[in-house]
Amino acid sequence: MTRYLLSTHTVEGEQREPMSEEQMRETYQRLATIEQEMSASGAWVFSARLHEPETATVVRVAGGDALTTDGPFAESKEHLAGFYMIDAQDLDAALGWAAKVSEAIGRPIEVRPFAGFTDEPGGGA
Amino acid sequence: MSPAAVPEGDLDAPAGIDPAQVGRIFREQSGRSVAALIRVLGDIDLAEDAVQDAFAVALRRWPTDGLPPNPGGWITTTARNRAIDRLRRESRGRELLAELALLAPGDEEVGMTEEEGPVDDDRLRLIFTCCHPALSGEAQVALTLRLLGGLSTEEVARAFLVAEPTMAKRLVRAKNKIKAARIPYRVPADHDLPSRLAPVLAVIYLIYNAGLARPEEPLLCAEAIRLARILSALMRDEPEVAGLLALLLLTESRRPARLRANGSLAVLAEQDRALWDRPLIDEGQAIVRRCLRRNHPGPYQLQAAINAVHADATTFEETDWQQIVALYDRLLELAPTPVVALNRAIAVGELDGPVAAFELVAELDLEGYQPFHAARADLLQRLGRAEEAAREYELAAALAPTEAEREFLRRGGRAGRRSRPSAAS
Repeated sequence: MTRYLLSTHTVEGEQREPMSEEQMRETYQRLATIEQEMSASGAWVFSARLHEPETATVVRVAGGDALTTDGPFAESKEHLAGFYMIDAQDLDAALGWAAKVSEAIGRPIEVRPFAGFTDEPGGGA
Repeated sequence: MSPAAVPEGDLDAPAGIDPAQVGRIFREQSGRSVAALIRVLGDIDLAEDAVQDAFAVALRRWPTDGLPPNPGGWITTTARNRAIDRLRRESRGRELLAELALLAPGDEEVGMTEEEGPVDDDRLRLIFTCCHPALSGEAQVALTLRLLGGLSTEEVARAFLVAEPTMAKRLVRAKNKIKAARIPYRVPADHDLPSRLAPVLAVIYLIYNAGLARPEEPLLCAEAIRLARILSALMRDEPEVAGLLALLLLTESRRPARLRANGSLAVLAEQDRALWDRPLIDEGQAIVRRCLRRNHPGPYQLQAAINAVHADATTFEETDWQQIVALYDRLLELAPTPVVALNRAIAVGELDGPVAAFELVAELDLEGYQPFHAARADLLQRLGRAEEAAREYELAAALAPTEAEREFLRRGGRAGRRSRPSAAS
């Protein structure tokens, strides 16, 4: 098993048409179904949705002093919006889950392996 | 490794093959061994190193002992023994060996019970791993040539005009991703096959075309055809695999006629058809006929069919353009791209004349695409608009990827009579 992060991002300056309440309910319904499926198959580890990037705070320690600034990392244009942590047999299985989530929310999903979670000899292929 | 573990060379075999021959035979056989060892060892680098070790042994022994009766089996056995030796020397390796032994209880030759049966499937697994859509196109091509083609990193780098360290880095990154993201080592399930087969075919086609564009790299065309043959032998139910093989064979049949003595490109209209390779044409056409009977057309099969029609004509004038346009019509339905539309327009130009073709070409938005300007130049010339034609030839020549094509275009396309640039050269 390998542990993967499936994440979705908001893109700065990208205008999306706001969802109607009806659409929002449908999306949540679809996601709930997928999560149930993930749980039933043993893939689901954790999942969460984040507040808007404006609610973020960055802390930097330099020379022993903590410098706190408002907002997400200024240099990144994309900000984490939500994620799933899943266990999957291989990348194809993880991509299968990612496709389901992407279809449900209408946004791309990045699939990335966690370091140090592979439990097979030699890992990989 | 105990020397006894290496099968002795056939005593009757003529000794004294030279290192270049060892290299060639080794390259042809090594993909099979790398694929088998990746399955057994679960690690690409380990498998590659082991096969590299076996190559060093072969270079030492084959020139004096002669070729072993089954070079492929010899390489796999020798590489496997070398890998086990390597693993025994490292503590992590000893763990891995213990796990491998668990996977294959009762088999003292760790993990490798059969050498013929699943070996071919291993190569199929490997090509799907190398061409996994999670890898960049560049990485797919490089991995396929390195692991399945047995080309050295230096050879792969040279083939794509990339510095060797750059190519080495590209290969390392790709192998790391395979390992870390756990790109599977298996043939995809049926429902994934159409989407997963497409990049495999694209990689083989790209390797072939890279070879066609660079006559100084003769390995590439041969390697692409070899891979297409392996794939079509292993995937008999996939008509597009057969289609790709036929397309490559038919294109290859014309390669001897493609360049003129001065190195300039000879397009279809100019080629000396006596130079076309008949056995390749026969083989390609036989595959096309089988595809037609199955009647599941796809883009590669249709391109192969178009090339099969060209191969039927003893002179350019005898070409059955009606049939070629009809095939392009079907291709355009399946692959509605401007490039296909351009090639169709060129065929229409032969069937209905330059006026009809020029109208079709005018609708296409392919500014900056060299064959587009070459086609416009040809049509303008045939329409008697010489000045505009000259400008288009200049434009096309500036964009041409190879010196042979630049030469062709600089001489104003086909000399004397009306010129004929053709995508299907």
